[in-house]
Amino acid sequence: MSQLSTADKKRLLRSMLYARRFEERCYEAYVERKIGGFLHLYPGQEACAHGVLAAAKPGHDYVITGYRDHVHAILCGAPPKEVMAELFGKETGSSKGRGGSMHIFDVRHRFMGGYALVGGPFPLAVGMAKGIKMKGGDEISICFLGDAANNQGSFHESLNMAKIWQLPVLFVCENNLYGIGTRIDRSTAVLDQYKRVCGYDMPAKQVDGQDIDVVYQAAQEAVNYVRSGKGPYFLELKTYRYRGHSMSDSNAYRAKEEEQEWAKRDPVLILRDRLIKAGDMTQDEYSALDKEIIGEIENGVIKFAEESPEPKVEELEKYVLAENDPYVRGGAK
Amino acid sequence: MAELMYWEAIRRAHDEEMARDPLVICMGEDIGVAGGTYKATQGLYDKYGAERVIDTPISENGYTGVGIGASFVGVRPIIEIMSVNFAWLALDQIVNSAAKVRYMSGGQLTAPVVIRTPGGTAHQLGAQHSARMEKVFMGIAGLRVVTPSNPRQAYGMIKAGVRCNDPVFINEHELMYNMKGEVPDGEYFHPLEGSEVARPGKDVTLFGYNISVHWCLQAADVLAKLHGIEAEVVDLYALSPLDRAGIAESVSKTHRAVIAEEAEPIAGVGAEVMAIINEECFFELDAAPVRVSAASVPIPFNRTLEKATIPSANDVVTAVLKMFGK
Repeated sequence: MSQLSTADKKRLLRSMLYARRFEERCYEAYVERKIGGFLHLYPGQEACAHGVLAAAKPGHDYVITGYRDHVHAILCGAPPKEVMAELFGKETGSSKGRGGSMHIFDVRHRFMGGYALVGGPFPLAVGMAKGIKMKGGDEISICFLGDAANNQGSFHESLNMAKIWQLPVLFVCENNLYGIGTRIDRSTAVLDQYKRVCGYDMPAKQVDGQDIDVVYQAAQEAVNYVRSGKGPYFLELKTYRYRGHSMSDSNAYRAKEEEQEWAKRDPVLILRDRLIKAGDMTQDEYSALDKEIIGEIENGVIKFAEESPEPKVEELEKYVLAENDPYVRGGAK
Repeated sequence: MAELMYWEAIRRAHDEEMARDPLVICMGEDIGVAGGTYKATQGLYDKYGAERVIDTPISENGYTGVGIGASFVGVRPIIEIMSVNFAWLALDQIVNSAAKVRYMSGGQLTAPVVIRTPGGTAHQLGAQHSARMEKVFMGIAGLRVVTPSNPRQAYGMIKAGVRCNDPVFINEHELMYNMKGEVPDGEYFHPLEGSEVARPGKDVTLFGYNISVHWCLQAADVLAKLHGIEAEVVDLYALSPLDRAGIAESVSKTHRAVIAEEAEPIAGVGAEVMAIINEECFFELDAAPVRVSAASVPIPFNRTLEKATIPSANDVVTAVLKMFGK
C-alpha cells in the first residue's frame, strides 16, 4: 500500500475545498431560488468520495450513487459548470436539465448516475459488475450509498448476488448516522454497518471517514481486492453531514453538542492542518487557495449556469424513447 | 413456415439472439438448470453456460436491477419474471431505473432490457398467481409494452426487443405456452408499435390483445355464422404506445367498437382505447363503445367463481348483439 505523497495531499486538499465551496455556493443559489427542487449537500463527507476515488480509477471505473451526488460526479470527471447548470435546470447541464440535483449523469466519464430511490443503485452496481466481468475488462463497479440504504431489501438482494457470482463491485457505505431525519440507533438494529455484511461472506471493513489518509489506505486495499478478481468488498466510512438531509430539512433532530463534536473533525481542516503542521503549506497559502477557488466557482461555474439557455419546450418529449430505432418498426429491412 | 408452440418460439428467439451476440444473456428463477417453468429457456443452460443463462435467487427487484445495470455497460439481458404477480416486487427497478434513466440522464444512458413475464388467469392458481398488470406498465413513460397473441409474435417480439434500445416489457400468458402457430423459418422481427387486423370485417371492430384476441376471433366466427354480422378483429399487440391511427382507422370503417380485456375495467386497456376513439374519431361512431372486462375482484380460487370472473368469447358475442339491438 502506498501513502499519499505531499503533492497528492495538496491536490486532494484543493479538490476537497473545491467540493466544500461548490456545495456551499449551491446552498446560496438555492436560497436565491436559482436552484429548485430537492438539494442534498455533501459538506462533512468530502474525505469519503475523495479517498476512495483517489485509490480507484475515476473515468475508467464505473461509479454510481444516490442523490447526494454532485461531488462524486465531479470527481469522475464531470465538468463542475455542467453539474451546476444541471442544478439550475439548464440545457447545458450534465443531464440537459432533465435530471436535476439528484440525477447527475456523465456517462462519458463513467459516472453512471445519481438515483433518488434509497437503495436503487445497489443492484445496478452489481449489474454493471456483471457486464464488466462478461466483457473481461479491468474496471470495477463502485457503489456509494449511505447507511440508511442498508435498510432496503435491495441491499441484501444485491450483496447476495454480488457474492454468489463473484462480481467486481465495491460497496462504499458513507455512514453519516442519519437516514433523512432519523438517527441510526432509532432505525437500525446493528449500528456498525460492516457487521451486517457477515451474511454475505465478503470482506467488510469500517474506518474513519473524516481522515483522507485513513480512507485512502482502506480504499486501496478494497480496490485492489476487487480489481484482482477476488469478488465484492464492503467498505464502511464513519462520517457526518454538516447540513440537513436536504434543503427542506430544519436539522432540528440533531443535538448542537453532537454537531460541534463532528465539526472538530472536519475532513478539510484535518488535511489542511496536517499539511501546515508538516511545513508543506502555510495558513496564508491556504487562504489564498480558498479565495482562488471561490473566484473560480463564481466566474467559471455560476456564471456559466446563469447564462446558459433553458431547455426548449418543443423538446419536452425528447429522450423518453430511442429515436428512429429500426426494430420498433420490425427491423432494418 | 414451421408450426411451433408459443414456448418453442420464445426459446428459439433466445437461442438465435444468444448465438449471434455473446453479450445477450438471460436471467430469472429456475431458467437454467431447471429449464424454465414454461420451458422457454430449455436446453440453453447446457449450450451457453451459467454465466449467460443465469439462475437467480428469488429476488425479483434485485435481479431485475442487475439486468438493468448490466444493460448500462453493453449487455443485452432477457429477464424472465416467473409470474407477472412477482413483477410488483420489481416495479422500483422497472419504473424508476429502466423506464426513467434515458430521460433523467438527458439521453446519455439507456436500459435496453427485455423483461418477459406471463400474466393472466390460468387454472385455479389463486389471487397471487393470477393477474394482469398491463394497465400499470402501459402508463409508464419510457417503457415499451407489448403482448404476443401467437407464436409468431412471441418469437418476433423477443427478437426485436433484444435489439431495440428501449426497455421492452413483454406480457405473455400462462395458458398460451402450448398454443401452436406458424413462425417464419427465417429471422423475423415483430414491430413493437402498431396493431394487426387479425380478421377483416365491416360491421363492428372487436379490439383484443394477447388471449382476448382469441375470444374476439371466436366471437367473430359466431357473429358471422349465426347473426350475419361481419366483425373486424384488431390485435393490439402493442399496449404502449397504443396504435392511435390503427384504432381510428378500423372504427372509422366499422363505426362500432367492442374492447375485450382479461383485466378489470378500471383504468385499463379498454378505457384507454375508448378515450382514443373519443379523441380521434368520435363522429364516426354509430353506437357507444363497449368494454368486455373481468370482474373487479382478486381472482378467486373456486373454479366456478374463477370462470365467472374472466370474460369469454360468448361475452363478446353478447355485447355485440346488444349493441345491434339483438
